[in-house]
Amino acid sequence: MSSSVIEAHGLTRRFGETVALDDFDLDVARGSVHGLLGPNGAGKTTAVRILTTLQRLQTGTAVVAGHDVVREPRQVRRRIGLTGQQTAVDDLLSARQNLVYFGRLFRLGKADARARADELLAQFGLTASADRVPKKFSGGMRRRLDLAASMILAPDVLFLDEPTTGLDPAGRREVWEAIAGLTAGGTTVLLTTHYLDEADRLCDRISVVDRGRNVVDDTPDGLKRRMGAERLEVVATTPEALESITEVVKAVGTGEPSVEAEALTVSAFVHDPVDALVSAAAEIRQRRLEVADLGLRRPTLDEAFLELVGRETA
Amino acid sequence: MTHDMTTPRPAADDSVGDRIRWTLSDYRVVVGQEFAHLVRQPANFAWQLGFPVVMVLLFVYVFGSAMDVTGQGAGVGYIGYAMPGLFAMTMAFGFMNTAFAVADMKEKGFIDRVRSMPMASSAIVVGRNLADTIQAAVDLAVLAVIALLIGWSSDGMLWQTIAAFALLLWLRFSLIWVGIWIGLLVNGTEQAGNLFALAFPFGMISSVFTPPELMPSWLQPVAEWNPVSATATSIRELFGNPVPIGDAWPEVHAMTAAIIWPLVITAIFLPLGVRRFRNLGR
Repeated sequence: MSSSVIEAHGLTRRFGETVALDDFDLDVARGSVHGLLGPNGAGKTTAVRILTTLQRLQTGTAVVAGHDVVREPRQVRRRIGLTGQQTAVDDLLSARQNLVYFGRLFRLGKADARARADELLAQFGLTASADRVPKKFSGGMRRRLDLAASMILAPDVLFLDEPTTGLDPAGRREVWEAIAGLTAGGTTVLLTTHYLDEADRLCDRISVVDRGRNVVDDTPDGLKRRMGAERLEVVATTPEALESITEVVKAVGTGEPSVEAEALTVSAFVHDPVDALVSAAAEIRQRRLEVADLGLRRPTLDEAFLELVGRETA
Repeated sequence: MTHDMTTPRPAADDSVGDRIRWTLSDYRVVVGQEFAHLVRQPANFAWQLGFPVVMVLLFVYVFGSAMDVTGQGAGVGYIGYAMPGLFAMTMAFGFMNTAFAVADMKEKGFIDRVRSMPMASSAIVVGRNLADTIQAAVDLAVLAVIALLIGWSSDGMLWQTIAAFALLLWLRFSLIWVGIWIGLLVNGTEQAGNLFALAFPFGMISSVFTPPELMPSWLQPVAEWNPVSATATSIRELFGNPVPIGDAWPEVHAMTAAIIWPLVITAIFLPLGVRRFRNLGR
């Protein structure tokens, strides 16, 4: 069995004059959570629609769960689940009726569809609300029901298109927890998002998508490392101490330290993070300086993202 | 979270026999879902009937008192003329509900979800039509009871009355294909709602409430050849209600026209609807 569950090469898709995907490549490892991260209009949704057989492919090849999306769409559909941008559940039916209905359309027998509905209600924490209509659910609950409907066949690949867009913080956390539990059953998850914290938190690998291309493919940590070295950051307790602290930081860092006077913070890139931290700490003790905080800081994914996309498009 | 979950696989559908069997099963599931709606949300159903019921009361009691369709004075025999027309109109306008419902499914991503599933690609289109046709039969039964209550009756034989209702449903069945096609074509429910402006004259420029002979000469052929007119005229004949007809072909051969028109409409719009569903991703 191949270790890749999605292999896409040279996907191109135009809508009239607009190029939604431009020679887009993607390789997703089995059992992983893979994120497509990018701004709105980057081509993430088009990629998902092509991989889920919803959108016709113009050029390129895509194999999902071992089957070609163009030549064997029915085989692909049996092995995937899709949760689109909107919650596609039937608001007039109860949560349980929804899952039984979708189970039947996934061609389970009546008894199997009912049994599976009950399992999924339990898995997604909806048993207590099973007989209520989703119209009355919170955003997070609706989304969980939506996820449950996509998991009916325990698909090889689950596609989630912006699973938490429009949810409040509590709803996002609920959905994150639900997603984190999915791969336990062997399902690979491909999700799109424009939230960096979401990608950082959920994904094993991230593809940064911009203008229809897969710009960078890396782990969240790897993406941050691409930003360059780590920074040593020291926070002073009083404005008077800033000058001495700047001297200390300058001695261990590379280049001129940046000083944020209002935040009482001095920071600089360092070559050897541990060495720099130890030397700075010793020097601070030596000079009998008081500091509020002393530490190493990785760039945030936000910074990495802006840097990467900016570099590409500049 | 439980780890001993069953991980069901769908039954294989590789042989032709299996595919037909599963396709029929898909239709049944889609129709069943529509019925679950009816049972759970009867209020929606009641609202849908509101329009034709109000039209019945308006036409019979407000406009009807001024109309002379039998040549025996204003208001005389109008209910016998108007009721079959209202039945036909309810059938003619009903497809807008279908268009609206389908546009809503598309707008909410429901259609995308089912298109990504291993079900028959005709199931949503065909299942939707079967469900809506059955619902139209219920609409019609309720309307018929109201008509009987306000003094209308069928003077035809039992088989003629049954045939008349069958012709009405036959018209509706064919127009539902149009509704599904429109619903898949438009962008959102707002556009679907706007189309009512087109459907209204389609229902009205017909012999539903007014004999085409009384219309301006340039409009007469439109009304005479309107599929709704053919159904309205032939059910009037079957009900034994007053039928002032002209000498245009579809009026003289109303029964034939009432059978052929829906056949033609189905032959065009059923394939268009299924094709549109399959090609949503183009």
